[in-house]
Amino acid sequence: QVWQIRLDMHLLNHDGNITDAASIAGIVALCHFRRPDVSVQGEEVTVYTPEERDPVPLSIHHMPICVSFAFFHQGTYLLVDPTEREERVMDGLLVIAMNKHHEICTIQSSGVVMLLPDQILRCSKITAVKVAEITELIQKALENDQKARKEGGKFGFAESIPSQRITTFKMESAAVDTNDVEEQAGEIIAKADPPSEVFASPVVHTPGTAQIGEGIESSWGDLEESEKEEAAEEEGESEAIAFECEKVETEDTSTLKETKNEPIVLSDSEEEEVVILEPQELPRKTR
Amino acid sequence: LLCGPGLRRSGAGLLVTKCGLLRHRPGGGGAYWVDSQQKRYVPVKGDHVIGIVTAKAGDVFRLDVGGSEPASLSYLAFEGATKRNRPNVQVGDLIYGQFVVANKDMEPEMVCIDSSGKSSGMGIIGQDGFLFKVSLGLIRKLLAPKCEIIQELSQLYPFELVLGMNGRIWVKAKTVQQTLIIVNILEACEYMTAEQRKQALAKLSGN
Repeated sequence: QVWQIRLDMHLLNHDGNITDAASIAGIVALCHFRRPDVSVQGEEVTVYTPEERDPVPLSIHHMPICVSFAFFHQGTYLLVDPTEREERVMDGLLVIAMNKHHEICTIQSSGVVMLLPDQILRCSKITAVKVAEITELIQKALENDQKARKEGGKFGFAESIPSQRITTFKMESAAVDTNDVEEQAGEIIAKADPPSEVFASPVVHTPGTAQIGEGIESSWGDLEESEKEEAAEEEGESEAIAFECEKVETEDTSTLKETKNEPIVLSDSEEEEVVILEPQELPRKTR
Repeated sequence: LLCGPGLRRSGAGLLVTKCGLLRHRPGGGGAYWVDSQQKRYVPVKGDHVIGIVTAKAGDVFRLDVGGSEPASLSYLAFEGATKRNRPNVQVGDLIYGQFVVANKDMEPEMVCIDSSGKSSGMGIIGQDGFLFKVSLGLIRKLLAPKCEIIQELSQLYPFELVLGMNGRIWVKAKTVQQTLIIVNILEACEYMTAEQRKQALAKLSGN
């Protein structure tokens, strides 16, 4: 059987990063869709209406989700999921599409930024984390919808509008605490020494403008540490270990050597040949 | 009977092409139109808009006005411009002008002078300031004569304001923080009622 499917996307409103939102919307729509059931006997084709037979879902093998990264100042600063204003002033954009099996489906780099290989690898690690969260959200939403339909409850687009789940022209306002502004301002002026790194309350410059934290520093190193902790917690997930970057030689060399000798068992990925990206250990092709 | 935006004649009757509130103006034979809320701009002849210069192609500048195509602006369409005396326009500059040609079959064309050759406020917008986008309905509200929002804001700080019918607003105040405060208030005016706005402004002017 060969079916032709067309997916139309209507953009109602956006505040930047249409790529990611559109990829999520598209894959959820395809997973949610049900097509009519068909039976073929020799030359005869019967297409059953939804009343005769329950419509059948599409066979979706995996859910690729896009994650976008905006670069500023020649790669010094990195923002995940940029807003409209950040997109307009960014230097470069990197889009990585990945599924939950940590397979990269698409990488696209645009703009005037020259990226280093380890920057791209770090971005792909961030993508893996985000994609896992988003895929879980999608699964839960699809299950809820299926449950609601089975139990005869209300579901669908029309039902989401009154409960304000679909938010066109809605902006969440950030509340700024302007009580005791003068006291706070006085304290800050009195403290002549540089402020500590952890800020308990926002520093209010003028009403309506506040600052939390001390400037923007490149935190590549911190990111690497937190990612490694997460990776260590996932036992038995050898994909996480495969993504360790060049810092492996410093600490966990012993544990790493054992796992590298074992055959790498991946979760229910349907790829036949899997290439795991490691820096400095590129698969060498014969010339 | 005048048929305004959102309505179309079909045979003997009228068809509605946009969703929104139906408005009626009784004067001069009567006019009906549909007041709809949207963010996407479609170029209309005679509209004053803010455009961003994206390219210089010989004698003509290409401007991004938020429509489906970039608009073109000739370098002679400025007040006092001659072949020798070219205006100083760079890529990335902001220009306030009006459309002379704007239909769905052709690329829109803009000028920065009116029919008598005077600039009447149009031209290159100065340095600094902040450009941001709002919905078209808010712009129409702000452009209404004796708009309350603008009167209340002017009590707060002095500032310069340019409103483009394509949803773009350019603001400049004395300091960056004052500019950002005005930007935030204008963006929030979409969702705030008049009382909420007055409360917010009272808090700001009190502090």
